[in-house]
Amino acid sequence: MEHNPTTESVNDDAPLETVDLIEEVSIDGMCGVY
Amino acid sequence: MTILETRPVIARPQNGSLIEQFEHGLDAPICLTWELTYACNLACAHCLSSSGRRDPNELTTEQAEAVIDELQRMQVFYVNIGGGEPTIRPDFWHLLQYAVDHNVGVKFSTNGVRINPEKAALLASTDYVDVQISLDGATAEVNDYVRGPGSYDTAITALKNLQDAGFKDAKISVVVTRQNVLQLDEFKALADQYGATLRLTRMRPSGRGADVWDELHPLPEQQRVLFDWLVANGENVLTGDSFFHLAAFGESLPGLNLCGAGRVVCLIDPVGDVYACPFAIHDNFLAGNILADGGFQRVWQNSELFNELRSPQTGGACTKCEFFDSCRGGCMAAKFFTGLPLDGPDPECVQGYGETALAGDRTIPAQSQDHSRTTPGRNQPVMLTLTRREDLTAPPVSACAENPLAGFTL
Amino acid sequence: MSGMLDESWRLSPSVELRPEPFGALAYHFGNRKLTFLKRPELVALVRGLGEHPDVRSAMVAAGIPEAQWAAFESALQGLADTDMIRPDENHQGVPA
Repeated sequence: MEHNPTTESVNDDAPLETVDLIEEVSIDGMCGVY
Repeated sequence: MTILETRPVIARPQNGSLIEQFEHGLDAPICLTWELTYACNLACAHCLSSSGRRDPNELTTEQAEAVIDELQRMQVFYVNIGGGEPTIRPDFWHLLQYAVDHNVGVKFSTNGVRINPEKAALLASTDYVDVQISLDGATAEVNDYVRGPGSYDTAITALKNLQDAGFKDAKISVVVTRQNVLQLDEFKALADQYGATLRLTRMRPSGRGADVWDELHPLPEQQRVLFDWLVANGENVLTGDSFFHLAAFGESLPGLNLCGAGRVVCLIDPVGDVYACPFAIHDNFLAGNILADGGFQRVWQNSELFNELRSPQTGGACTKCEFFDSCRGGCMAAKFFTGLPLDGPDPECVQGYGETALAGDRTIPAQSQDHSRTTPGRNQPVMLTLTRREDLTAPPVSACAENPLAGFTL
Repeated sequence: MSGMLDESWRLSPSVELRPEPFGALAYHFGNRKLTFLKRPELVALVRGLGEHPDVRSAMVAAGIPEAQWAAFESALQGLADTDMIRPDENHQGVPA
């Protein structure tokens, strides 16, 4: 499975998981962010 | 504070997790802290920015507006405005409105001195504004010890004014110290009473904090108390990932355990200097100046310091510890200002490596910046505790003692 | 679940979407949720939602192959769960 390093393209072979598409983080979860 | 000619291309992991992407830095900060002024009506003993006196070179209103314009272009989501006491800057309310009108959300940290009913009503009617009231004791006795006489009342009055005006969800921000760590339940009760959310943050030896850190920072056993309390009560309590060094107790608190300095956050100070983090106001962490170096975006993207922080960090000695993945070696600023090497343990390392390091040879760095008042004002905290003599049966001194200092020992 | 393809959705008004090298960051000013959109196609899809009468046509416009629609729909559902996107009452795909 080749990934073009400059453009990320949808690869038809790989089953796509939701986690490959979105990831949520708490705004309270990074030190320095108030 | 070198600014590189061109922005380095950072090799990013493809399909990396959010944490991995953040560690490599972003095109713009998610949020940044902006200290508007070094002037302050208080003189808190542990002030991270050593505030008190205005700096003659503070940004003008026009320069501040230009910063906001840039933040809007960069799509910075919001700024955390602090100081000193930001509300004593005459143009504070104008800048607040200007930011909100230009799609930059504002959270501001205040001791409450200017939050009267009129301003509380103004805030309640303005969208995209959050207010954070600083409080370091659930009682006046504990709070005023570090923040000065009357400061507790000022903060509570501000909270009450906000609540009465219908402002929703103000924040109470507490720096956890040796003296207030047993008041966590009371802080929570205060927050509930005023319709606010409690925020706990870590005390760091930054600014004047360096002078009182030995006295005020939580003891090892108190860190455990704090950690257990957060695990039990932390659902409605914010921490800003401030205690990620406690992750080495074995159980992670919610949060990324990510030091955001230079990667997702930074500080703009009152004269336009850009530092990696508000706890790192020192030449070693100075990335550039917005006036001298072509604006904030250029500093954020091209500064040599920030690009170093965005490249893989060596954990040094800490990488051998089984908990390194949890705590990532702790807080850079805490290490720096206690004179510990950045590739070694955090001074409050819960595995005890910090205590060992503190006992060794170290030099506490001299302050690059000190905006403290030179003469004490009436708000000056007086950090004295009254104690009793051990022997209460004998008279204090002989009735014949002439020396007024007889019996007095330091 | 497959119902979304025929529904009309749009970005919530309190959300700011900011491009990054890896995709985009979406921040919701109301609930303070921060979501990382990891693929440029997803970013294009989300931006295009309000301009198309249904999700299906937005998927086509964003160049997403049909084999991936289920996965992208699941991502949209995740965004819906945090109010990053909302049903578009106009149902006409006309930008507000």
